[in-house]
Amino acid sequence: MAKYLLLVLGAVLVNNFVLSRFLGICPFLGVSKQLSTALGMSGAVIFVMTLGSGVTWGIQHAILDPLGVGYLQTLVFILIIAAFVQFVELVLKKSAPTLHKALGIFLPLITTNCAVLGVAVLNIQLKLNLLESMLFGFGGAAGFGLALVIFAGIREKLDRANPPRPFQGTALALVTAGLLSLAFMGFANLVKS
Amino acid sequence: MLNTLLVPVLVIGLAGFLCGLLLAIAARFLHVFEDPRIEKVTSLLPGANCGGCGYAGCADYARAIVEKGAPPNLCRPCSAAGARDIAALLGVEAKAAEKMVALVLCNGGDVRSRRSFLYNGLAECVSADMLSGGGKTCRYGCLGYGNCARVCPVGAIQTGAHNLAVVDPGRCISCGLCVKACPRNLIRLVPASHSVHILCRNRDRGVMTRKACDVGCIACQKCVKAATGQGLHMEGNLAVVDYTLPLSPELVGVCPQKTIHQRPAGPLP
Repeated sequence: MAKYLLLVLGAVLVNNFVLSRFLGICPFLGVSKQLSTALGMSGAVIFVMTLGSGVTWGIQHAILDPLGVGYLQTLVFILIIAAFVQFVELVLKKSAPTLHKALGIFLPLITTNCAVLGVAVLNIQLKLNLLESMLFGFGGAAGFGLALVIFAGIREKLDRANPPRPFQGTALALVTAGLLSLAFMGFANLVKS
Repeated sequence: MLNTLLVPVLVIGLAGFLCGLLLAIAARFLHVFEDPRIEKVTSLLPGANCGGCGYAGCADYARAIVEKGAPPNLCRPCSAAGARDIAALLGVEAKAAEKMVALVLCNGGDVRSRRSFLYNGLAECVSADMLSGGGKTCRYGCLGYGNCARVCPVGAIQTGAHNLAVVDPGRCISCGLCVKACPRNLIRLVPASHSVHILCRNRDRGVMTRKACDVGCIACQKCVKAATGQGLHMEGNLAVVDYTLPLSPELVGVCPQKTIHQRPAGPLP
């Protein structure tokens, strides 16, 4: 039990996908202007990364490894994840319209997100089993969500503060992201890996 | 040699084909029927997504019109002809919505109202309002940091030289965004045909109001007495216009504080 908890905690805080692995920077900068959209995006990422980890783990161990084509990982994973997200979107639209409404516009956005692909590849590299993979995916996505929500909160405040013109927008966002990343370095020795 | 080339091509090709097939089947079985009229109505709406109709954007409003029978005349930026087109498409009757404009219920710019301290915080109304009223002595008046002007999608609001927000009725599309943006609830949507307004929201006693502002309502009730049977009444220490009833322009002269204004009647300072 402690092992799983450490795995999740490690993915959330220590090896945060955005702030120490630098994966998924595009949505991190793109959808962090408003707290509400950041929350929606986080939900969608948690959803996709948790399920995506499971699916790609299955593909790797049931299809790629027996065929001896493990080196096609990246290509196959991109394909599978993209198709899988589209499929999930269709299912959600049919069976859970409210959830689809909340996550709907974000789902297609993250089909080929590097964090989603990154977690799939990392699962294989770290030789995790199915449950661990999904937990790691969930932890990674929760870490992404945490970073995104904190970042959106800071950016909302900063926008009100009327920064000097050369700093407005992306410049200040990148400075903020750097500082946030530095802050998360404080967690570096929290979990011994 | 051939194998090293063929295997990946086959694997990727097959995987792609299977995924495509799966999605095609899924799309067929999981298809959700959508009324084609929703798309047509959406294309008739202006697409500004201002939210003035009370729905989460033009597409959402179109859905509500088609599925829930929402009235087609809620879109303020739409012309009357636009509402008629939508109504014709759905076979219902359109009632013209009365044109509304936003109005800032304060006339106390810097020359007419006083400040009790120098506010040096964020130049933004919500922050100023939270910090002891941002230095403005009147707890009800316009702070003039222009939150309303910043949210206005058509640039109809200006804060001008005296830190007082003024709406240009000609430009206003009555989306209502400024109404929500004002932390002091000074802005309301009023019928464009109504020309007599009381530009004050101060509910303090007359003595207090007089200390804060030259043009505030001091609750002398002269206008209410002069306008019996018209749309004017007292709410505590404040005279309030009832916009459902007509009001005579002569009241402008009755007010000793010059709080009552007729608009459009020349530019405001």
